[in-house]
Amino acid sequence: MIRVVLPAHLRSLAKVDGDVDLEVGGAVTTRTVLDALEARYPALRGTMRDRATRRRRPLVRFYACGEDLSHAEPDAPLPEAVARGEEPFLVVGAIAGG
Amino acid sequence: MSSIRVLVGTRKGAFVLESDGKRERFDVHGPLFGGWEIYHLKGSPADPNRLYASQTSGWFGQQVQRSDDGGKSWEPVGNEFAYDGVPGTHQWYDGTPHPWEFKRVWHFEPSLDDPDDVLAGVEDAALFRSKDGGKTWREIAGLRGHGSGPKWMPGAGGMCLHSILLDPSEPKRMFIAISAAGAFRTDDGGATWRPINRGLHSQYIPDPEAEVGHCVHHIAMHRSRPGVLYMQKHWDVLRSEDAGESWHEVSGNLPTDFGFAIDVHTHEPETIYVVPIKSDSEHYPPEGKLRVYRSRTGGNEWEALTRGLPQRDCYVNVLRDAMAVDALDPCGVYFGTTGGQVYVSADAGDSWSPIVRDLPAVLSVEVQTLP
Repeated sequence: MIRVVLPAHLRSLAKVDGDVDLEVGGAVTTRTVLDALEARYPALRGTMRDRATRRRRPLVRFYACGEDLSHAEPDAPLPEAVARGEEPFLVVGAIAGG
Repeated sequence: MSSIRVLVGTRKGAFVLESDGKRERFDVHGPLFGGWEIYHLKGSPADPNRLYASQTSGWFGQQVQRSDDGGKSWEPVGNEFAYDGVPGTHQWYDGTPHPWEFKRVWHFEPSLDDPDDVLAGVEDAALFRSKDGGKTWREIAGLRGHGSGPKWMPGAGGMCLHSILLDPSEPKRMFIAISAAGAFRTDDGGATWRPINRGLHSQYIPDPEAEVGHCVHHIAMHRSRPGVLYMQKHWDVLRSEDAGESWHEVSGNLPTDFGFAIDVHTHEPETIYVVPIKSDSEHYPPEGKLRVYRSRTGGNEWEALTRGLPQRDCYVNVLRDAMAVDALDPCGVYFGTTGGQVYVSADAGDSWSPIVRDLPAVLSVEVQTLP
């Protein structure tokens, strides 16, 4: 089970109160986690990745285990601690705008 | 007895203001979608409980929210706005070609007779339509296919399609306006379009009388006379008698003819309202006095409406979609400011009072008159 922490705006959009627990089949990567998240909560489609290009939106960041994974390849394996559910995968709205 | 529902979009959420027909006391509901920019909300003329809201964020992109119970509950619907075919380029601020990129919905215009049929005016400028209540969107590609698209360029607020007027007497005719391209009309339901900017004069573009390139801020019409159009351009207030074939200036004795909002009295097609703003570099009222100007002659002769509005130290703006009228008699007029006030006049503009004073900056105001 993968634990995902969403920013407040996406929690309200998905109508969830806390962290999200997700089953991810196969390899645990940024792409498979986001695919599973969007499948569970269709309202999140387009909020983290561009709907057409599937690229990360510029002001959305992905963190895990104290690392910024935003620029990692979307098909690269996430840290083992995330795959085992010991550490969360964080979706973060970048600090911008003052 | 009729009642009133005012739909307010702000920089940090939406608010619904409700009153009985006296329009003296309003209940304030909100913020809805707190923290998100709500560019516009609008109800269906065919079903006033069907509302559409444009919820947008620089971080998380565009959402379309729909309510089927007059704003008590909302559900996100479709947010995929894909341009038809290869999007091509328009001009960037520096004159270089720039690819068309979807950014946000500025304006929804529900059909006059089908709650599931709704138009969306978007940035970068294009017109989309949904026939399934907002679940899926398809571009009305004929507008950008007009051929002048590569010459369009963004105004300071972005290259937005912000005004959509449906002609109640000619179902296949509609008018739209884009900053900074100008006004366009279709007579065949959107298949083909042509610019309707003859008579506009804009000194800030290389050819002041070009076919396209004008920064039209808003257009308005009265349902009973859809061939008569009113326009607040970047500078100049204009009028067309012939469905946009030609325009003439009606700024008359306005203290400044820069501004954003323009609207028409519900029962008097020759009575129009604007809010003069000092200049394009000073987006606040002249002399620090917030004044709505009313013309009862379709333009040229204007009177200042000041009773109940701040007449000193006021430096707010009133944006293009932030003025609306109700259908009661006397006609109610409403507008919101970038300072977070929403004002109402229940006597066609003679006197004003604030409904709320401290909302986030107001982006849009729409009014529904409910039975």
